[in-house]
Amino acid sequence: MSETAPLPGGLQEIADDFAAMPDADKLQLLLEFSQELPDLPDRFAEHPELLEPVPECQSPIFLVTEIDDDSERTVHLHFSAPPEAPTTRGFAGILHEGLDGRPAATVLSVPAELPLRLSLEEQVSPLRLRGMSGMLARIQRQVSERTAAGAE
Amino acid sequence: MRAPADSTNPKFAEYAAPERLVSTQWVADHLDTPGVVVVESDEDVLLYETGHIPGAVKIDWHTELNDPVTRDYVDGAGFAALMGAKGIGRDHTVVIYGDKSNWWAAYALWVFTLFGHSDVRLMDGGRALWQAEGRELTTAKPERPATDYPVIDRDDSRIRAFLPEVLERIGGVPLIDVRSPDEYTGKRTHMPDYPEEGALRGGHIPTARSVPWARAANEDGTFKSAAELRSIYVDDLGLDTDEDVIAYCRIGERSSHTWFVLEHLLGFRGVKNYDGSWTEWGNVVRVPIARGEEPGEARTS
Repeated sequence: MSETAPLPGGLQEIADDFAAMPDADKLQLLLEFSQELPDLPDRFAEHPELLEPVPECQSPIFLVTEIDDDSERTVHLHFSAPPEAPTTRGFAGILHEGLDGRPAATVLSVPAELPLRLSLEEQVSPLRLRGMSGMLARIQRQVSERTAAGAE
Repeated sequence: MRAPADSTNPKFAEYAAPERLVSTQWVADHLDTPGVVVVESDEDVLLYETGHIPGAVKIDWHTELNDPVTRDYVDGAGFAALMGAKGIGRDHTVVIYGDKSNWWAAYALWVFTLFGHSDVRLMDGGRALWQAEGRELTTAKPERPATDYPVIDRDDSRIRAFLPEVLERIGGVPLIDVRSPDEYTGKRTHMPDYPEEGALRGGHIPTARSVPWARAANEDGTFKSAAELRSIYVDDLGLDTDEDVIAYCRIGERSSHTWFVLEHLLGFRGVKNYDGSWTEWGNVVRVPIARGEEPGEARTS
């Protein structure tokens, strides 16, 4: 008998919040995440070529990761998505809230099935949730490449 | 009970069924008209929550019009329950609008048509035009009393095509592939900038002609004029309004847009939307597939 391991970083708390929310209010919570997504810092807003597109999402979204030179290799996440794409912004907001400022090892340990553990399939649809998988996969690839490069 | 048609726009008067389109101004003028229900249907499931046309109700194609288990639409009882909960009556005038040039709005309208809801219209230009004109959006939830919508058997025979029919009629009925050129040729199995949706093979149904849906739309998302549309589908493609036509895309949303154009704006008599589309065809064993820019030939057996 093995129980599902809790999600890393701040993600389990977010998953618990969604699970506890009545179905009718789950979209409102996702909307709050979309509204809380921070704007891009100027150094990226002025250099959009530094951001990576996420074609898995239905709407245009770009992301970039930065990694500190500290012992934990702290990860910072930045996203850019237009206001007419609130669902995509909401996914980005969840990832930002749950993973920004966490160690690289924590970010890399997020299971690929994360989108399916947020109790959102019925309100959002599995097809739409694939966009979040695409974002997570790209974040993890960037972090993986950047920590490997830094170790050489 | 039927609301009057929008007779203010000379463009609409040229269409085969002018009463199927209304302008943003018409909607603004009829927000409080009894018997008129405005419906928002979007690709982005949260867009309605960020603000919608005052009084508009939301209907989501993915989560509300589909059966949660079988790949099919809700049945008569399911549709009646949904309409009842949204406060839509059988004799109401339903005006649908949405994001993405009204793709999902057209898809919802097509599903309403399967249930024979007689007065269902699109708002020309959709959500983007309403916003661009600086019109009011609100997050206030509409309060509509529940209705008693009758249970109507869905009629899949007139405007919906299934795979066996498409397979049988290759070479006998014009097929229109409304996806992007790269999806048509088989270079990719999904929309540019869209998720991979699990088609194992790329290409198009043999004999299908490529007419991307967007050719029917102006930059602002409104439909092109009747003369422009006739030039595309009748003059260039050689289609006859009296003959049958089948349109498809990947899951039927973009081909609903083309279905609306052919059925209501140009008055074709027998247009079907093959909603299984490429996410079905591209996965089925031993169905014929053509690759490249040429339509390809019907298999002779």
